[in-house]
Amino acid sequence: MTTANALYDVPGPKTRKRHRLYGIASTVVILALLGWILYLLFDTDQFTYTKWMPFEYKGIQELLLRGLGNTLKAFGLAAVLSLALGTLLAVGRLSDHRPVRWLSTVVVEFFRAMPVLVMIFFIFVALKVQPLPALVAGLTLYNGSVLAEVFRSGVNSVERGQREAAFALGMRKVHVMSYVLVPQAVRAMLPAIISQLVVALKDTSLGYLITYEEFLHAGKLIASNLDYDLPFIPVVMVISPIYIGMCMLLSWFAGWVSHREQRSPKTGAVDVAPAEPGTLLPRVQ
Amino acid sequence: MNVLTDNFSTFGDGFLGTVELTVYASVLALVLGFLMASFRVAPVGSLRVFGTVWVTVLRNTPLTLLFFAVLLGLPRFGLVLPFKVFAVLALGCYTSAFICEALRAGINTVPRGQGEAARSLGMSFGQSLGLVVLPQAFRSVIPPVGSTLIALAKNSAIAGAFSVTELLGTYRTLSELGYNIVWTFVWIAVGYLIITLAISALFNALERKWGVAR
Repeated sequence: MTTANALYDVPGPKTRKRHRLYGIASTVVILALLGWILYLLFDTDQFTYTKWMPFEYKGIQELLLRGLGNTLKAFGLAAVLSLALGTLLAVGRLSDHRPVRWLSTVVVEFFRAMPVLVMIFFIFVALKVQPLPALVAGLTLYNGSVLAEVFRSGVNSVERGQREAAFALGMRKVHVMSYVLVPQAVRAMLPAIISQLVVALKDTSLGYLITYEEFLHAGKLIASNLDYDLPFIPVVMVISPIYIGMCMLLSWFAGWVSHREQRSPKTGAVDVAPAEPGTLLPRVQ
Repeated sequence: MNVLTDNFSTFGDGFLGTVELTVYASVLALVLGFLMASFRVAPVGSLRVFGTVWVTVLRNTPLTLLFFAVLLGLPRFGLVLPFKVFAVLALGCYTSAFICEALRAGINTVPRGQGEAARSLGMSFGQSLGLVVLPQAFRSVIPPVGSTLIALAKNSAIAGAFSVTELLGTYRTLSELGYNIVWTFVWIAVGYLIITLAISALFNALERKWGVAR
C-alpha cells in the first residue's frame, strides 16, 4: 500500500464525510445488483421444488460424490506425477552436460507454450487413450514443465555464497545440490509450488470436455435431466461453491506457507516466492 | 503436409477465431482488471470489498466451470447472445482477476519514497500518481501482464470445446474428413505457438523499450 497513505494527506472531516457518502452510494449500487440477480433467479423459477428435488435423492448424491472423488483422484495423480516430472526436468536443466540441458529446455519451453487442452485432446483423440490417463498425462506434462522452471529459479535464487562455500568445502555437485541448495530452494518455492497445484486442481475440470466422469460431468448429467425440469442453475449453485471452496482452501494454504517461510530463519539466504502460480514470460531471443 | 495445404481455409478460420477471441478478451480483461485494481486501492470500503471478492472468487474458479455457467447458464435468464460473445465474457472476466493482481503488485513495487518525494515537492494527488508512481508501476507491470495474456490465449482453447470457432476445434472437422489426426494436431500446435510467441515477442519489445532493471 505505497500509494494509499503517501499520495494524499490524511483525510479531514469533510473528506471523510464525502468518502462515507461514496461508500453508501456504492453499497446501494452493489446491493441493487445483487437484488436484481436474485430477482432474475426467482423470476425464472429457479427455486421451485422440482428443480431442487434431485439433491434429496441418494443416487444423485452418490453420483456427485463419485464425481468429486474422480476429480480428487485425477488431481492427486497429476500432482504427484507433475512433481516427479518437474524434479526430473529441473535436474536436466541444471545439468553440466550441454545435450541434457538443451533437451530439457526444449521440452520445458514447448509444453509451457502449448495449451493444456491441446495436449489433453491430442492424447485423448490421436493416441486413443482412456479419459483419466489422458487428463492426468496432459496435466502432468504442463504442470511438470512449469514446476521445473519454479524449481530451477528456486535453486538459482539461493545466494551465491552458499554454493561457493559448499564447493570450497570440497563437496561434489550432487552434495552441494542435495544438502545445500535444494533444501533452501524448496522452502523458498513451496508457496509457488502449492499455487501451481491449485492450477492443476482447477484444470482437472478440463476432464469434463473429454467425458471423464468428474465433478462437472456429474453436474451436467443432473442438469440435463428433463424429469427435474432441467435444474441447470441449481446445479451450478451447488457445484461452484464446492469447486471454488477447494481451490480457495489450497490457495489460502499457499499464502499461509508463504507467510510462515518468510519469518523462518531457514530462508535467510533466499527470497521466498509469493503465493502465485509460476507464470514466467517465455524467453525470446 | 497436405493436411495444411488442403484445409488452409479451415485452419485459417480457426486461427483467426482464436486471435479474435484473444484480442477481444484481452481488451475486456485489461479494462476490467484496471477497474478492479482501482477498486481495491480505493478509499471507499464497499468498493474494496467488491474488488477483493471479485478477484478471490474468479482466481479460484476453474475456467471450465465458468464457461459452463456462462455459456449454458446465462441463456436460462433469457439472455441470448452469440456463443462467441459469451466466450469473450467468460475469458475476459476470468483473466481480469489476474490482471488486477498484476497491476496491484506493480503499484506496490514503486518505492514509498517516490510518492513521498512527489508529495513533498508540492505535487497534487493527480500529479504524483500520474507523473511519478504510475509510469514506474507501468514498467514493472509489463512482464506479468504479458504472461497473463499468454495464459489467456492458451485458455481460449476451452472455447473451442464449447463450439466456438477457434483453432483447437478444427480437429473435429478434419478428423471427420479422414485426415491424419496426428498431423492435424501438429499444425494446431504450430498455430498456438505462433500466437503465444507473438504475444511474448510483443511484450519483450515493450519490456526492452520501457522496462527498467531494478
